[in-house]
Amino acid sequence: MEMYVLLGFVLLLSIFLGLELISKVPSTLHTPLMSGANAISGIALVGALMLSSTGQMQDILAFGAILFASINVFGGYLVTNRMLSMFKKK
Amino acid sequence: MENLANIQVIQNMVYIISSVMFILGIKMLGKEATAVKGNYLSALAMFCAVAITCLSLEIDVKIILAGVLLGGLIGSLIAIKVKMTAIPEMVALFNGFGGLATFLIAWSQFNEPDNSLFQHALIMLTIYIGGITFSGSLIAYGKLSEKLKLGKGSMITNVFISFFYISMPALIYVVVEPSLSGFIPQVPSYFSIFLVLTLMAGIGFVMPIGGGDMPVVISLLNSLSGIAAAFAGLLLLNNVLIVAGSLVGASGLILTIIMAKAMNRTITNILFVGYASSGQAASSEEQGEVKPITSDDAYLILENASSVLVVPGYGMAVAQAQHVVREMGELLEENGTEVKYGIHPVAGRMPGHMNVLLAEANVSYDLLAEPDDVNPSMDTIDVAIVIGANDVVNPSATEEEGSPIYGMPIIEVHNAKTVFVLKRSMSSGFAGVQNPLFFRENTRMLFGDAKESIGQIVAEFKD
Repeated sequence: MEMYVLLGFVLLLSIFLGLELISKVPSTLHTPLMSGANAISGIALVGALMLSSTGQMQDILAFGAILFASINVFGGYLVTNRMLSMFKKK
Repeated sequence: MENLANIQVIQNMVYIISSVMFILGIKMLGKEATAVKGNYLSALAMFCAVAITCLSLEIDVKIILAGVLLGGLIGSLIAIKVKMTAIPEMVALFNGFGGLATFLIAWSQFNEPDNSLFQHALIMLTIYIGGITFSGSLIAYGKLSEKLKLGKGSMITNVFISFFYISMPALIYVVVEPSLSGFIPQVPSYFSIFLVLTLMAGIGFVMPIGGGDMPVVISLLNSLSGIAAAFAGLLLLNNVLIVAGSLVGASGLILTIIMAKAMNRTITNILFVGYASSGQAASSEEQGEVKPITSDDAYLILENASSVLVVPGYGMAVAQAQHVVREMGELLEENGTEVKYGIHPVAGRMPGHMNVLLAEANVSYDLLAEPDDVNPSMDTIDVAIVIGANDVVNPSATEEEGSPIYGMPIIEVHNAKTVFVLKRSMSSGFAGVQNPLFFRENTRMLFGDAKESIGQIVAEFKD
């Protein structure tokens, strides 16, 4: 239970940090920021890799989680990069 | 055994480094000059976190390789093929997949033996948030790509909305079920029912929300997918999931708030009420005569203008007019006219939608201005060209108390010397409010497809 208290603390601090970091973003970057953050939410891939393999059902669930998180990660980063490469100052 | 402990220490240290890179990456993503590098840094952080996790795997490597390769292939293909105009729905789709991944992770954890009461509660919460993110994002995808036309008021929508309301007490039930199993009646297959109900609830959550409110919904779903990942991190006792997930949750939340503010509405109003019906809009009897204009006349006026402000809206995206708009802007500049673009935060269907479209058409981003930048000097603008925007330039928002959109910050084009409004017809905007701008003395209506109309002006300039 101590572990949860500690990690809960990390959770809260990270949220506050996130709020501070992003409170002043120019509206030009709203879409890339959203899409970049979306790619980061693909971190669920790490969670998917940590799953256990104790039967067929668990393997199917793990495969699904890895598959969809990977789509999120690869697609998210690539689309963000494509978008950002269009933003140019002449 | 000692070896395993060592691996865990190394993993946790790399997770901390990854977390720092995520934090720096997202910070750099918030500034134009460093945004590209920020995205690379966050991708590198992702790579490190994933790679180090592979040091201790329980799942068969074949399953992992198959999942990552197939997922990577699908994701990359979608990302490379997608047209820039389809970005809002793509972001919604990717976001949904992230939510689905956390949903499956929590499901898998549920199947593990010996979950404590606290873990059980976390599992249920993660499933709920992940599931709503998944099915909600799919509906948002359907609405944005206009494959799904169902909206508020239809019978099917109402059914799903009731699922959404039923899902909340159901969540409480599944959370407390194991701790109170002697006191509350047990439903044998409550978990499967809950899984399905959660997905239904996500549909009911997004379905009634209309197109113009989509920027808020997308940001919120984005935030939820981060929160789901953070909860999954708590469940798996993994710090990088917690940090990265919370960052996404916070950034999505901020965007949601910015969007809601730009509409002068509360988030609950957007999500659960929607605009008041257009019935009361009839009260604004400021009707008069609209003054239509042809492209030829518009060209003559533009040729003599010394400053022009272009105000795009969702209509520009629909007409795919961004490239001709950029061409017109360049020709005007060659002609000695100062050209600027006034971008309202909620114009379009996602945060920053207009910025992306104009960037795609190669408009330099320092020409894009926010309402606060252009409003004070609006009376020095010779011509304001409104392209497919409506509610964001509606003067009722500043002048007419009692109007459903009263108080919403707008781009005050009605203060410009002349206003051109490019529009298909006289229909009202998303909010269902009549726009008195169209009847103003200084307004000229240029009816027709925006791409064609501007194309004609461009052709005249070239002659």
